Amino acid sequence: MIELRDLRAGYPGRPVLDGVTLSFLPGEVLAILGPNGCGKSTLLRAAAGLLPISGGEILLDGAPIGAYTPRQIAQRAAYLPQSRPVPSITARRMVLHGRFPYLSYPRRYGREDHEMVDQALGWVGARELADRPLPQLSGGQRQKIYLAMALAQDAAAILMDEPTTYLDVSCQLEVMALAHRLAVEGRAVVMVLHDLCLALQYAHRTALLQAGRLVLAGTPDELYQSRALERVMGVELGQIKTEGGPRYYYR
Amino acid sequence: MKRWRTSCTRPLKRPLGLVLCLGALTVLAGLASLALGAADIPPGEVLAALLGRGGAVQTQIVLYARLPRLCGCLLAGSALASAGVIIQGVLANPLAAPNVIGVNAGAGLAAALCCAAAPSSVLLTPIAAFAGALAGVLLVLFISERAGASRITLVLAGVALSSMFSAGIDAVLTFFPDALSGYTDFRIGGVKNLSMARLAPAFWIILLSLLAALSLSSRLDLLLLGRETAQSLGLPVGGTRMLLLSLAAALAGAAVSFAGLLGFVGLLTPHIMRRLIGEDSFPLLLCSALGGALLLTVCDLLARLLFAPFELPLGVVLSLAGGPFFLWLLLRQRGGRRT
Repeated sequence: MIELRDLRAGYPGRPVLDGVTLSFLPGEVLAILGPNGCGKSTLLRAAAGLLPISGGEILLDGAPIGAYTPRQIAQRAAYLPQSRPVPSITARRMVLHGRFPYLSYPRRYGREDHEMVDQALGWVGARELADRPLPQLSGGQRQKIYLAMALAQDAAAILMDEPTTYLDVSCQLEVMALAHRLAVEGRAVVMVLHDLCLALQYAHRTALLQAGRLVLAGTPDELYQSRALERVMGVELGQIKTEGGPRYYYR
Repeated sequence: MKRWRTSCTRPLKRPLGLVLCLGALTVLAGLASLALGAADIPPGEVLAALLGRGGAVQTQIVLYARLPRLCGCLLAGSALASAGVIIQGVLANPLAAPNVIGVNAGAGLAAALCCAAAPSSVLLTPIAAFAGALAGVLLVLFISERAGASRITLVLAGVALSSMFSAGIDAVLTFFPDALSGYTDFRIGGVKNLSMARLAPAFWIILLSLLAALSLSSRLDLLLLGRETAQSLGLPVGGTRMLLLSLAAALAGAAVSFAGLLGFVGLLTPHIMRRLIGEDSFPLLLCSALGGALLLTVCDLLARLLFAPFELPLGVVLSLAGGPFFLWLLLRQRGGRRT
């Protein structure tokens, strides 16, 4: 579990987060929402230990994150950035990189690592993509491979920065369904999302940021009822009750 | 940070076949290099000379003229091509090669200073060249960090650094005209007038650096995924980049210390190999080292045979082959591909 307590973080000469307190809990999808530049990605980077913090604290499984080595953090929290290079390697090789935090001398991947990779590829339904080069895959297929890499990393928390950006609607739904499954199986899944309707439909909990501060954290219904989204994001949402749960739409 | 488009549009092939093929071609080119030249020597006599059982003249030619030259090609080719793989990977820039970003020129300036200050020290030259190459690569790293690693900025900065280092070499030679005997050869790059004794320090530096780079290939693989992903997988990115660039500097510096400012091999070879086997760093380093050795050996053979008995400088042949490829690369290069 990851806990942010009164977190302040940012970049040299540009503080971004201002006293954010939030928990990433196992078994739930937490959607981080907010307008551009409000600190969503900064929050994720800081929580993954990739950004020095200027105040407050981050607790990883109850201990300050500074007490862990980078490898130990990587064994507990997987981070998938919004954009990244696409090297000309096979999908299997990409997923295998998720085992790097567990490599010991002489830094060669063993049978257990390869078994984990096969399991991860199977879990996301991408076994048939294993031997294809990444540049050949579609955006949605690549996102599956990155998710498989996070699974191979075997971390209890998976932090994803805008995983549905640039994907078509069916791929977005597939990625959200996979994220939901990951949470149901006991992982803490945190996603920065721009599609409010998708976020409210799939997340167990939401956190709304504005100008580096946490405006509200609660269930999608609590967020919807509070009308905070309309104040912060400037859009009006509607809700429809269905058998599968509430669905949201832009008015 | 942008990544370049690699051309792999079909499943990546296993690299073992390519390693064996390159190895076999290098052995053949090496034998041809020992046998052919101003005086052709039959293969049987080449082998006899290598075993110390040949005629006096053939033994002299093979052991003291052609063998050091062949070893120079093998060492410089493998070192510069591997340095190219490392630098391109670490800086995430396809145009970053030792000769493009000022690493070779930095090594050349330090080598010139060393030759001017201690003309009789053979051992010091590769060490000085390493220091110069390291200074060049660190300056480029500093600029890439400060300027946001823009591909064009990096190359332009490299061109500026190369010009400054080259001006430094000219200045040293103005005051110490004898510092680099055969300065023109040094500037163009070549493997003439080498001895096994002169190659020995460079051999050890190149061998150890190459082995170290191969052992760090899994870290180089992670750097290819981007800084944030590499960091999130537990890689200490800053230290790893420094370590790998130091190895690249050692490789390039050792090569420049005896072969001069050879261009293109560090740019050309990694690109060809990347197209053939993808970007897995271990096979890419191995194949590039073999490919660089093969390329220089073949170019040296052509340099000696094309207008025999006249001999073209190796750097000229390499540039005539590498220049068009480089231009093709520039014309073909399009926007980076990211998710």
